[in-house]
Order: sequence, then structure tokens, then C-alpha cells
Amino acid sequence: MSSRRSRSKQSSGSRITDDQINDLVSKLQQLLPEIRDRRSDKVSAAKVLQETCNYIRSLHREVDDLSERLSELLATSDTAQAAIIRSLLNQ
Amino acid sequence: MNPQRLSLSFSSTSYKYRFVQGFIRALKRINRQKLATSLLSRSSPTEIYKRYLKVKSAADASMASAVGLRRAWSRALLQRIRDQERINFGNKYYKYCPAGTRIRGKSTTFTMIRNIKRSSDDRNCKDQESINNGALGWKANELRKLVPGGEAMDMCNLLDETAHYIKCLATQVKLMKRIADFASA
Repeated sequence: MSSRRSRSKQSSGSRITDDQINDLVSKLQQLLPEIRDRRSDKVSAAKVLQETCNYIRSLHREVDDLSERLSELLATSDTAQAAIIRSLLNQ
Repeated sequence: MNPQRLSLSFSSTSYKYRFVQGFIRALKRINRQKLATSLLSRSSPTEIYKRYLKVKSAADASMASAVGLRRAWSRALLQRIRDQERINFGNKYYKYCPAGTRIRGKSTTFTMIRNIKRSSDDRNCKDQESINNGALGWKANELRKLVPGGEAMDMCNLLDETAHYIKCLATQVKLMKRIADFASA
């Protein structure tokens, strides 16, 4: 965090450097499952942003589906809360 | 909780613990409400939809409060949830805020935000117009709609917040999947 601050202080008052943007874009690239597995360095920034949008949308959809599933489970049975927490933390 | 498993930048273990704790607590609350209103038709489509909304909002709220107020997206998400619940449930919304946020009033929240404000919020990202008009500009606008609080961010902060948001979303999905699998077993 401090190194990032000193770096931006050196370039403060001037434009955002392309390096900064590329840095952040490559950091995003590492998080995306498709691009990470494809093993190619040369992915354009626009493609990374596009994949990011798609990935976030798919994650939102998964959260919606899981919420629906959980709400249906609540309708039918009770959840054993302490057992769940214990089992999750022991994995 | 296994202390040796703390990762470097994203302390996932404590985050997972806080998320699961808050989420399970919220599920218990929703369950109690369901029992309280069991005289009505529990399985009517409206009831099911309302419960789905509550579960989803509880998941998002647990995720955002597990992160805390350190991140702009979590602050924006908590604000959005509070506003929605205020609309839906009136003054009773204080009940639904996860315990982690410890809401005592607007002034306290803003004081916390001021004190924990990270250096990234003060980062000097100039010349935003050239970036907005460039090739990345219109893609970034799509991203802004997806990330909570994204409209007010400049490019550097937006990319930074997106990275953290994706990590937390992926963890949320993983944990919810485990909870659902366990509950349905």
C-alpha cells in the first residue's frame, strides 16, 4: 500500500501512466478463470474488461440461484447452524 | 479457525468466518420469521419470492459487512441494502443489518469511514477524460454498472475495487454452495 502511494506521488500532477493501468489490468487478468487457464500473455485490456463483466454477471447469477435454492431449503427443513459452521471451518 | 492458513493480502480465513457467521445468523432470523407467519400459506409464490429476496440480501449484506468499511464497494453495497430495506420494511430495518456493521446512526458510520479511509481513495488519477474516451472507456462504464459504487470511481480505483470485489464474490459463491449442499444432504 505504501509503495503504491509513493509511486502515485511521483506521477502526481501528470497523467495516469499506462503502466499503472496495465498493472491493474494484469492483476484482474489473474483472477479471471478463462484467461488464466489459457496461458497467453497477449490479452488486450478491452478483452480483460469484457471478460470481467461477463464473470461478474455469471457470479451474480450463481448467487441468485444459490439464494433461491437456500430459500427453498428453508421452506422445507431447518438448518443445523452450529454444525454447518463447524463443518465449513474444519475443511 | 486455523491461524496458519492466513494468506498474504486477502485474509480469507477470517473473512470466510465472518461471512459464514453473519449469513447463518441471517438465515436463522429468516427461518424464525417463516415460523412466525406459518399460519399464512408458506409456499405461495409471493412468499417464496420474498424469502428469496431476503436470503439474497442477507448474503450480500454478510459479504459486505465481513469486508467492513475498508472498501468503497462494500460501503456502497451496505448503503444500497439499507436503503432497500428501509423502503421495504420501514423503520424496522435496523433489525436486518448484520451485527458486524454496528449501526448507531449516520454520523457514526461517516466517522468510521473517515478514519479508515485508505490511501487508494486519495490516489491522484488525473486525465480521466482521455481514458474515458479511449478504448477502455466504454468497457469501464459497463463495469461501473456491475460493481457497487462504481459510478463515482475513477479508472484506477475502479480496477482495484473490481479485483477485490471479484475475489469476495467468488468466495461468497463457494461458501453458499457448501452451505446449500450441507443443508440439502
